[in-house]
Amino acid sequence: MQFGIFTVGDLTADPLTGRPPTERERIKGTVAIALKAEEIGLDVFATGEHHNPPFVPSSPTTLLGYIAAQTERIILSTSTTLITTNDPVKIAEDFATLQQLADGRVDLMLGRGNTGPVYPWFGQDIRQGIPLAIENYALLHQLWRETNVNWQGKFRTPLQGFTAVPRPLDGVPPFVWHGSIRSPEIAEQAAYYGDGFFANHIFWPKEHFQKLIELYRTRYAHYGHGTPEQAVVGLGGQIYMRPKSQDAIREFRPYFENAPVYRGGPSLEETMDQTPLTVGSPQEIIDKTLSFRETFGDYQRQLFLLDSGGLPVKTVLEQLDILGEEVLPVLRKEFANGRPESVPAGPVHPAQAH
Amino acid sequence: MPKLAVISAGLSQPSSTRLLADRLAAETDRLLPSEIHVVELRDVAGDITNNMLTGYPSPALRAEIEAVTGADALIAVTPVFSASYSGLFKSFFDVLDTTALRGKPVLIGATGGSARHSLALEYALRPLFAYLRAQVVPTAVFAASEDWGSAGGNDSLGGRITRAAGELAEALGRQPERVEQVEVLIPFEQQLAALRARP
Repeated sequence: MQFGIFTVGDLTADPLTGRPPTERERIKGTVAIALKAEEIGLDVFATGEHHNPPFVPSSPTTLLGYIAAQTERIILSTSTTLITTNDPVKIAEDFATLQQLADGRVDLMLGRGNTGPVYPWFGQDIRQGIPLAIENYALLHQLWRETNVNWQGKFRTPLQGFTAVPRPLDGVPPFVWHGSIRSPEIAEQAAYYGDGFFANHIFWPKEHFQKLIELYRTRYAHYGHGTPEQAVVGLGGQIYMRPKSQDAIREFRPYFENAPVYRGGPSLEETMDQTPLTVGSPQEIIDKTLSFRETFGDYQRQLFLLDSGGLPVKTVLEQLDILGEEVLPVLRKEFANGRPESVPAGPVHPAQAH
Repeated sequence: MPKLAVISAGLSQPSSTRLLADRLAAETDRLLPSEIHVVELRDVAGDITNNMLTGYPSPALRAEIEAVTGADALIAVTPVFSASYSGLFKSFFDVLDTTALRGKPVLIGATGGSARHSLALEYALRPLFAYLRAQVVPTAVFAASEDWGSAGGNDSLGGRITRAAGELAEALGRQPERVEQVEVLIPFEQQLAALRARP
């Protein structure tokens, strides 16, 4: 079981000061957060990809390459890489390069992106979102496994005798997760290839994702990759913790009420009740996170969102310290407890499997 | 026994909107005995707004949505505010799946201070349900203040209620047994093949 953090990379103003971070502060802060994640023993750091304000991470492999140079163990990933608007040829090249530099500590999560205006900036159309995801990934999959590729599709110019370079490290492409919030087609796609399926999970009640993960597990087995329990599942979560529960609630409330996704809606308490958001003591974080397994079965990767809504970097680093000291060791022990032998661990490149 | 969901966007208590909704439901029930579930939108007004913001319903709202989408027919009644359905009424239909009411018989009703608002049923409510591909019965019932005190007769409020309820009961009687809608999954090979097919 792998634990990590994922960031959206938003430039939200801190509600306590009213000042948003500069782009430089946010980008450098993200690096500091990733380095801290490795220091406290997390397994994964993942960055989002956005091409519009108020976000900064438009160039994930640049960011991850910079982090790779300063880390040794942590897996660098994305949440998500836009399979619709990025050219699959460029994704193949960028992530293979990153994989070579990081000695295989790289995987990626593919997503479609739900902001209509972004698509035409890259010559695409959101109405073709699913077909784009299907065709582009089919090509990416082929480019990482074959040389001299002859290819023709609907959405990009044909390729003749094309070989994407560099080749994946030791011939093993980065592991791929497919992220989706509501599309059974994407769960089906992940199952077909035997890839991982990541349910964002946060911001919605668990029932919403149960159906998708169940579908993915069933179809994973249907396509002969293993039993439904062996399908590779990742989940998101969002946490804020302090030794005393009431301190956590008091400190987090202004950030909750300032967050674009929560603003003006149900209260912090109602949201905690109905979604994975957990604000409280380390024990409360542990209890809620362990409950995910009851809902979705044993899974492979848990990513937490820690740095959104304008939280200052200093606070995020403190959060990581608490996570590393008081939460992570217990989660590792408890998730291992009763986990069947047949359930696979989180995906790791052979070059990193010691 | 068919399931009939009755949606009232009335705000006061008692409200003339709820009163009209109840009379339409009682008359339908008299013609075709039904299991009636009343949804008072006021009780879930905050939840409807929250659903719009978060994308998911609260447990209380979810129960009401399931009662509506699981019903065999609907009676939907709103007060006329600023020449149209109330914002609360529209917001409830905004948070439903656009396919949730497909093919469902619906009787629409509205209330207002003056009969001059009665066409709101035809230019606002009927297109809304047409968009949702529900099956709206021909008679829509508007109750103005003066209707509540008028005498009986074919064109009186009571007469219009009987005609509309008759149409709903008839549509309900024609409804085939509801089958649980199964989401159809297109196998991946088929999705891929569709992209490879040349025109």
